[in-house]
Amino acid sequence: MTTPEVRPADPRSLDDRLDLLRAMAEIRLFEDECHRMFAQGLVRGSTHLCQGQEAVVVGACRALRPGDTMTCTYRGHGAVLAMGAPLDRSFAEILGKAEGLCGGKGGSMHLTDVGVGALGSFAIVGAHLPITVGAAFAAHYRGTDEVSLCFFGDGSTNIGAFHEALNLASIWKLPAIFVCENNLYGEYSPIATTTPIERLADRADAYAMAKARVDGNDVLAVRECVDEAAQRARAGEGPTLVEALTYRQKGHSRSDPATYRPEGELDAWLERDPIAVHERALREAGVPDERIEEVHADAQAAVEAALERAKGWSDPDPEARLEHVYA
Amino acid sequence: MTITYKQAITRAMADELEADEDVFVIGEDVGAAGGAFKTTDGLYERFGPRRVLDTPISEQAIIGTAIGAAVQGLRPLAEIMFADFAGVCFDQIANELAKYRYMTGGQVTVPVTVRMANGAGTGFGSQHSQAVENWFLNVPGLKIVVPATPVDAYALLRAAVRDPDPVLYFEHKGLFNVKGELPDDVAPAAIGRAQVVRRGAHATVVATQLMLHLALEAAEALSAEGVSVEVIDPRTLVPLDLAPVIESLDATNHLVVVQEAPPGGSWGATLIARVLQERFEALDAPPLLLGTDETPVPYSGGLEAAWMPSVERIADAIRRTLAY
Repeated sequence: MTTPEVRPADPRSLDDRLDLLRAMAEIRLFEDECHRMFAQGLVRGSTHLCQGQEAVVVGACRALRPGDTMTCTYRGHGAVLAMGAPLDRSFAEILGKAEGLCGGKGGSMHLTDVGVGALGSFAIVGAHLPITVGAAFAAHYRGTDEVSLCFFGDGSTNIGAFHEALNLASIWKLPAIFVCENNLYGEYSPIATTTPIERLADRADAYAMAKARVDGNDVLAVRECVDEAAQRARAGEGPTLVEALTYRQKGHSRSDPATYRPEGELDAWLERDPIAVHERALREAGVPDERIEEVHADAQAAVEAALERAKGWSDPDPEARLEHVYA
Repeated sequence: MTITYKQAITRAMADELEADEDVFVIGEDVGAAGGAFKTTDGLYERFGPRRVLDTPISEQAIIGTAIGAAVQGLRPLAEIMFADFAGVCFDQIANELAKYRYMTGGQVTVPVTVRMANGAGTGFGSQHSQAVENWFLNVPGLKIVVPATPVDAYALLRAAVRDPDPVLYFEHKGLFNVKGELPDDVAPAAIGRAQVVRRGAHATVVATQLMLHLALEAAEALSAEGVSVEVIDPRTLVPLDLAPVIESLDATNHLVVVQEAPPGGSWGATLIARVLQERFEALDAPPLLLGTDETPVPYSGGLEAAWMPSVERIADAIRRTLAY
């Protein structure tokens, strides 16, 4: 079965680049609101935010097409939104509402919207890599040209499931794309203290797998890189390990003020904030400030309205806890 | 026709592969080699490498791949060679397979069947002998199947593959060569139905897999003493079909549960707790749980035999409860 070639929009197209800005801005505002909701005690448990990593998820997911699938980690709000999950039902899930994506059973760490190809957010480090291999296997088994993309952090490259998944995907030449968001910290530990190599993409060599290293704060570069990986996967040439270099602007979770960061590191990365980088490029291309501000204002309005709706929705009926254990 | 327990398992897989193009078999040496126990013998030749797949020694990848494929609509039949190896992929089974549907609010179904060779008595030592079904009792989201006869091995495996939920299917290594009749028209069984295997009036014995066969021998031996023992095989542990046990106890008033595992945190302990809560008044004596010693499975023949319940110890337990 073949589908007509669908290529990402022309990166020179202004509408396309503004659309990418809008997607990143919505995720940033969504995460800022989550941060606030936690501070206000509106949300239970913990949350893991992705401010600073928006270009990775938006760039990568915009290289996918309908029918492709995506799995991600507990730091997954951005990835699920980038696939097209609705803002309001995503907020509602984090607020534990009945109208949440998972009916309030999943929460912040398990946002899932199968309808848009967001197969799941998994909170055991590395556990979803083999599951992505399975989704890719299903496409391979059926002879479709769908691909399965998996986001994970640098910390995942040291867990066994990572190696089992990459090895199997490679020997079976499955249409999987493994996108490592290297944000320099595994929980509280700098990567250099836990990992003997600096270039995580090099781990692909052990599995004779294609690899790529990309500026994870450049949304256009990420999209182009993942598009190339997707083309290889669709052509039956097997998986790719993509290392996207980025930075986690906040701590690991809400209880982590990230005081272990060396002085000046955050400021240096804020200079290279993915949204600011993209805006600079837009301005250089002649886009007026008002147009950029308009995108931000639209995003702000959409996020605020979505949150307002979500807050107004009802809590789940306690009886609902008994549903969905078995089919 | 007469068929062995192992042949029944192979036939069930072949029949499901034949019946449904979405079914595939995945595991270590399940393909060209026909399986470490030859349970997949002939499937690779008949259905080919697309549908019968050899994996690396990567239990996490086997179960994870099965999960991802199942969520995308396929019906994976995964094999974990020795059930003890479930420890290697415990996360994939307990945290991913079991919880995936629930934590997504029912957005996915995960029709994965995991076959595992279970149990002691064959001299494989501590890490290849444990009957590990109890590891998974406390993980809602899984179904647990423990067939003891060729016909149940066949019918329950077909049912497991067709079930929309994850099913852990334990096949006992000590039963592979047990023979039984397999009618031509066996339908897939209903998961969650116990069976009264032998009728009796004085005591009720509940047992699974190898222990069921020993319990039947003990019941036969006791019949010479004028003791009539009813023997019940739960066949599936989750869901557990308690009604036939309670019905039996209403008549016999004496309960002995025999299991190939230490008592703590086990299905036998669970069954007894439920009986006590639901029909305490039916019992004329304390229910008795006969299990193994609280040690890993030893290797040496005499040690292993002493470690697990025997026909004699089962008969003694029945006598004891009747003499209470």
